[in-house]
Amino acid sequence: MSGFIIRRLIQTVFVLILVTLIVFIVMRFLPGDPILLYLSEDQVRNFTPQQIAEVRHRFGLDNPIMVQYVDWIHGISHGDLGISMSYRIPVWEEVSRRVPITFYLGSIAFVASIIIGIPMGLVAAVRRGKWSDTVATLLANLGITVPVFWLGILMIYLFGLHLRWLPTFGYTSPIDNFWLSARQAIMPVICLSVFAIASSARQTRSAMLEVIQQDYIRTAWAKGLKEQVIIFRHALKNGLIPVVTLKGISLRNIFGGSVLVETVFNVPGMGRLAVDAMMSRDYAIVQGVILIIAVVVCLANLIVDISYGWLDPRIRYG
Amino acid sequence: MAMEETVDGGVDVGAMEMPPRHSEFQRFCSVFFSRWLVIVGLVITVAAILLAVCAPIMSPYDPNKQDLEQRLSQPSREHMLGTDALGRDTLSRIIYGSRASLMVAVGALFVATLIGVVMGLIAGYFGGIVYMFIMRFIDALMAFPPILLALVIAGLLGGGLTNIVLALGVGLIPSFARLMCAQVLSVKENDYVMAAHAMGASNQRIMLLHIVPNSFPPLIVQVSLWVGFAILAEAGLSFLGVGIQPPTAAWGAMVNDGYKYLLTNPVLSFAPGGAIMLVVFGFNMIGDGLRDALDPRLRGKL
Repeated sequence: MSGFIIRRLIQTVFVLILVTLIVFIVMRFLPGDPILLYLSEDQVRNFTPQQIAEVRHRFGLDNPIMVQYVDWIHGISHGDLGISMSYRIPVWEEVSRRVPITFYLGSIAFVASIIIGIPMGLVAAVRRGKWSDTVATLLANLGITVPVFWLGILMIYLFGLHLRWLPTFGYTSPIDNFWLSARQAIMPVICLSVFAIASSARQTRSAMLEVIQQDYIRTAWAKGLKEQVIIFRHALKNGLIPVVTLKGISLRNIFGGSVLVETVFNVPGMGRLAVDAMMSRDYAIVQGVILIIAVVVCLANLIVDISYGWLDPRIRYG
Repeated sequence: MAMEETVDGGVDVGAMEMPPRHSEFQRFCSVFFSRWLVIVGLVITVAAILLAVCAPIMSPYDPNKQDLEQRLSQPSREHMLGTDALGRDTLSRIIYGSRASLMVAVGALFVATLIGVVMGLIAGYFGGIVYMFIMRFIDALMAFPPILLALVIAGLLGGGLTNIVLALGVGLIPSFARLMCAQVLSVKENDYVMAAHAMGASNQRIMLLHIVPNSFPPLIVQVSLWVGFAILAEAGLSFLGVGIQPPTAAWGAMVNDGYKYLLTNPVLSFAPGGAIMLVVFGFNMIGDGLRDALDPRLRGKL
């Protein structure tokens, strides 16, 4: 098992290096001269070519690409992600302020997808063809068709404007004012969770359906075991294996969804930061945000892979 | 007479009729059309495609024609879904919006399938270091949320149809590459591949003539399952203002525009969102139906 873990670790390091390469290449090959973005209009017009070259040298942009990349990596490992132009503060400061918020909403959505989605799929698989299966499958199918931002607008309309039950936007930290924070967080969290719960339910259902048709389940029935024992002792562990691997991927979908949800509900999280920074061409922040998100997803996949190896012994020795 | 005894126990085989054999296609059809939800999905999808293709004929007004005297009007007999802030007919914009959604979705999937299939093919066929490199690259690409990646790429390249298609396509590559690679790895073990190799067929020939055609069915299912996601992603991008540029009608952008008038004209936001849901639902149902019908374990049964 430890050999498996070490192999996975090395692979993840390699993937992380590739991730930084991708981010670097995508950001460097933007159209337009980054110098012109740093300087204001006046300065660009009045600077002599020599002064512009000086600025370029100061930011290290006249070095060969490889050197720029190494410098950047060096900076990252020390927590220096650059300076944001719109906020005039280090990128890391702004991002670290937003990470807990996105993490707070996203983790609730993730947990919901596990504790609501998986049982839902389980019930649908076990009671296949009956009323509960039809309802659960219908709900799951609806869940993956709903556009996240539209659901947000719908909820704002219904619960915020018409019924006036919930505040329509904003975010408060739960530490400051728990009740207000909870009321503000309900709608964004529901919007974030819907897709995750629905796809969890669908995957669990199809995985469990496959497992239930296996011979060893039939043998268990023939032995006279109770339904509960069969499901929880035999079927579930095997059925959950494909679902667990997909949970790692669902994390990146939650991040993607947070981009839309945070925009609709005006939550100051990482997704909104990325959108705003993109709009104002603040590339340092955009670079930092996608790097951090990709790294988090990679690490989550590593954890998922390791637990997958623990669950399914065949993987460990493969 | 003893010599006349036949093996089949006296039954005259010639006089019996052979039972009708179902072709693969017939079996496929009977499974595919067995669920009414799938049929509904097919109808919706075909209707959406027809709408997109025949938009000029079917929409009552020009989607970009502004009628400022009729701004923000409620649904009426004249404008079935009302008008937006610039007096443009909502229904026409929804019909034309289907073009944007479908073109982006199809385009992005085309890009993703093309590049993904090639990557998966090469990785699976050649194995070894090539496999390792390509798979790690795919893993790295998979760490980025597609919407975020498309946001960044499209934001850098500017909006517009081709850039969105490229941006989204790149984000969708990983799933197809992985699937193709897994398929190639299993198809590669077949005897006919070994036979072709032994006969001296070149690698390209084996890959194109033998491996690719046999890896196709799961890919078709995968494509149909991802169309819905691509449409949702395009809507999200145009909602954020990164997608199709105005004044071209796009459903996500319409939802965003209508957001400001939520209290007075909720139709402006609800209608395009409903359209998105409907079309995505149609494609998802087709995807489900295809997956059930192309399930290899059901082959030969029925």
